[in-house]
Amino acid sequence: MPKDEYQSRDFRIVGTRPVRPDGIDKVTGKARYGADMTAPGMLWGAILRSPHAHARIKSIDTSAAEAMKGVKAVITRADFTYQPESASLADVLDNCMAGEKARYDGHAVAAVAATSKSIARAALKAIKVDYGVLPHVTDVDEAMKPDAPVIEAGRVQENVPEGYSENVTGRSQYGHGDPEAGFEKADLVIERHFTTAATHQGYIEPNACLAQLGADGQGEIWVCTQGHYMVRNTCAGVLGLDAGMLRVTASEIGGGFGGKTHVWMEPTALVLSRKAGKPVKLVLSRDEVFRATGPTASSSIDVKIGMKKDGSITGATATYRLQAGAYPGSIAFLSAMCGFAPYDLKHVRTEGYEVMTNRPKAAAYRAPGAPMAAYPVESVIDELCQKLDLDPLETRLKNAAREGTKASYGPTYPAIGLEATLKAAQSHPHWIAPLGENQGRGVACGFWFNFGGDTCVSLMVNPDGTVSLSEGNPDIGGSRASMSMMAAEELGVDLDQVRTVIADTASLGQNEVTDGSRVTFAVGLATIKAARHAIQIMKERAAMTWGIDPEAVDWRDGAAHPAGPNAGKFPPMTIKEIAAIASNTGGPIAGHHEVTAEGAGVSFATHMVDTETDPETGQVKVLRYTVFQDAGKAVHPDYVEGQFQGGAAQGIGWAINEEYIYGEDGRLQNPGFLDYRIPVASDLPMIEPVILEIPNPGHPYGVRGVGETSIVPPLAAIANAVSRSSNVRLTSLPMSPPKVLAAMKGT
Amino acid sequence: MSQIHVITTINGDETEFLCEAQETLLDVLRDHLDLTGSKEGCGTGDCGACSVIVDGRLVCACLMLAGEAEGRSVETIEGMADGDDLHPLQQKFLEMAALQCGVCTPGILVATKNLLERNPNPTEEEVRYWLAGNLCRCTGYDKIIRAVMDTAADMRGAA
Repeated sequence: MPKDEYQSRDFRIVGTRPVRPDGIDKVTGKARYGADMTAPGMLWGAILRSPHAHARIKSIDTSAAEAMKGVKAVITRADFTYQPESASLADVLDNCMAGEKARYDGHAVAAVAATSKSIARAALKAIKVDYGVLPHVTDVDEAMKPDAPVIEAGRVQENVPEGYSENVTGRSQYGHGDPEAGFEKADLVIERHFTTAATHQGYIEPNACLAQLGADGQGEIWVCTQGHYMVRNTCAGVLGLDAGMLRVTASEIGGGFGGKTHVWMEPTALVLSRKAGKPVKLVLSRDEVFRATGPTASSSIDVKIGMKKDGSITGATATYRLQAGAYPGSIAFLSAMCGFAPYDLKHVRTEGYEVMTNRPKAAAYRAPGAPMAAYPVESVIDELCQKLDLDPLETRLKNAAREGTKASYGPTYPAIGLEATLKAAQSHPHWIAPLGENQGRGVACGFWFNFGGDTCVSLMVNPDGTVSLSEGNPDIGGSRASMSMMAAEELGVDLDQVRTVIADTASLGQNEVTDGSRVTFAVGLATIKAARHAIQIMKERAAMTWGIDPEAVDWRDGAAHPAGPNAGKFPPMTIKEIAAIASNTGGPIAGHHEVTAEGAGVSFATHMVDTETDPETGQVKVLRYTVFQDAGKAVHPDYVEGQFQGGAAQGIGWAINEEYIYGEDGRLQNPGFLDYRIPVASDLPMIEPVILEIPNPGHPYGVRGVGETSIVPPLAAIANAVSRSSNVRLTSLPMSPPKVLAAMKGT
Repeated sequence: MSQIHVITTINGDETEFLCEAQETLLDVLRDHLDLTGSKEGCGTGDCGACSVIVDGRLVCACLMLAGEAEGRSVETIEGMADGDDLHPLQQKFLEMAALQCGVCTPGILVATKNLLERNPNPTEEEVRYWLAGNLCRCTGYDKIIRAVMDTAADMRGAA
């Protein structure tokens, strides 16, 4: 077996719960986030946004704003002089600053840089925009109709069937077998229509950057992002700059959940800076975050599942229609891949439709596409169990995918953990705990792919033998701790001998954004291999010192040892001793690893929830919640648990409260935390995390990503609990009190 | 634009600043005094990331005009530790992993410090309702609530 594949071992540091290295700065207020940086001579940026859902921009008069004292630059689309060739970059540009028309309420149409925030705000009011208002559409089903207002013509891919509006830009299909033949064999077939609302990632830190761009094309950006390499590449592509001339540094990041895997206003800050000749700080308001950064897609879904009396699923189909917002999207295909991924099915077919609407461009949100994919599937399976009088956990176990199952989206699974999560759920005290009046218990399963991708890590052995680790992925949930732990584990040194930093874009090669639950897996893999590289060099240095063959040196407990009696009798050389003489044995010691990581290892979870429905108000209260998820190997269990709990909480919000509400005028009605209510502390119970560890064969320590799967099951788990407590099957999210009450009263 | 001259006390130090009439206490803390530990998550008093204590009362710094700080005593996250000595809540939040991204953490620490000064023995429900004005999107609050309850027990034991 090659050494980089999974090998069972006893860990010294991995699996323990040390205090995170960035902790003290974060509890004392010293940690610097996107909006916390300043620069000499810095200006304040601000963005003017369209009040219309869809409008032609006839003219923009900036003269009055430009004449104001303290205003140093006013820009419109005309100041973005470079037109990118690629359609996706052209979309980013148009989303950052509207061209011919504003495509949604909140679309940027102009921006200013001024010597103070108040002057910048006043200058926005002095800009006159002449709009020609156009018909709009914000609903996904309406947008698909042939007579719907078209957001942008000419973007339809060849695979889209006829009969739809040009807003339907893409279609995807997955599956195998013959579902119609499968339905014939079923004892009961249920087909239902579902809808889910658009929800926002709701990171507490609004998007912010500090940018500087000179006339020579050299620039710097300080930004809160999930991927500063992505920011660099995208800004360079949008503005026609050389990527190597832009140096991007990632600030501490105050949450992202996918919403900071995109560029929303960084090019605007750069163009303002270039025009004003000074650094520009641009910080979005919460209103702007809601209106103009991407929420996830709303959806309209049809699901049909056939089941035998013994619980076996005989056939399954699903059609997912996801609103992509103002530009062609790519999330529905993920829904179509994820919907039936937990099950071993002979006959399954799914399709996904990407639909443009007059809404902000939909963005990734924690396991993008998967929560709305699982919600209808897990709801219908539950309803089948109710009507066939079957146990919902046993039925899922009966159909569960396992090693060797051909997934509905194509591949054949290696070792996976779905069965383990279901069995853990069956044997947990939660499953048999008594329920009271108006209370119900729901379960649901969830799946996420997990990603790998481009990754670079450098590991420097300093002259004193301490270790500096540089990685290129913003630390969004404790990953510096995990990387230090894996490096220390591999090197055989104490954890306090390793410090991990997030390097800027000039210091490492390309790194994919912090997404797809990839960091602990992929950056961890690269960290382990960079450590092995450094160990190889240190073994060579020891061999040189001892005058023996490097192959005759072993590395253990942070030191080089002669491999056996034949290698010679030498006392071990510690990392400190080897580092101290590095200048005399060949120079500074550093290991590094660059990889496009594969073998991420898919992730499964089962959630169990108890809810109580108030029969008078329809309010759903979550009483007890347990998450069972496979982590492969939990490097730092505290932060694995934190991912389980945080994803569940977001899913609870999606299920019960959260919703983008658009008016007839196409404007967002609730762009603030008062009216867009994310779960608060008093809404939630404790959320019990149960970590299963089914090693990922593709990682040396067996690690799988854990960040996203936890948001997938809650939507259906809660719908299933509500169904069992109130005897109503809700098919539209969120399950807000008026909807629940209406369903209970049969109106 | 004429500016307002304010003399106030911040984390025990007498502090003078000039501000515009419409500037909030949060604007001044962050933009004029470099006390960026208080965060602006919403600017409308909904998220609690800018929580500070003014004359013993927990307030959102984004909802208070800077001019109103005249003659008052303001405590921010930067004043919570005593030099190198972390407040027991800060220490417990580290030990119990009660933070992920950390951007809500200053506000939550300031708010819970104020809670424990008023009520050294809160129930879980009291902690949850006291923190209902402090949004956290990462943790699901579980580890935060446990850390607060644990700290309260420790501080009662030490008192």
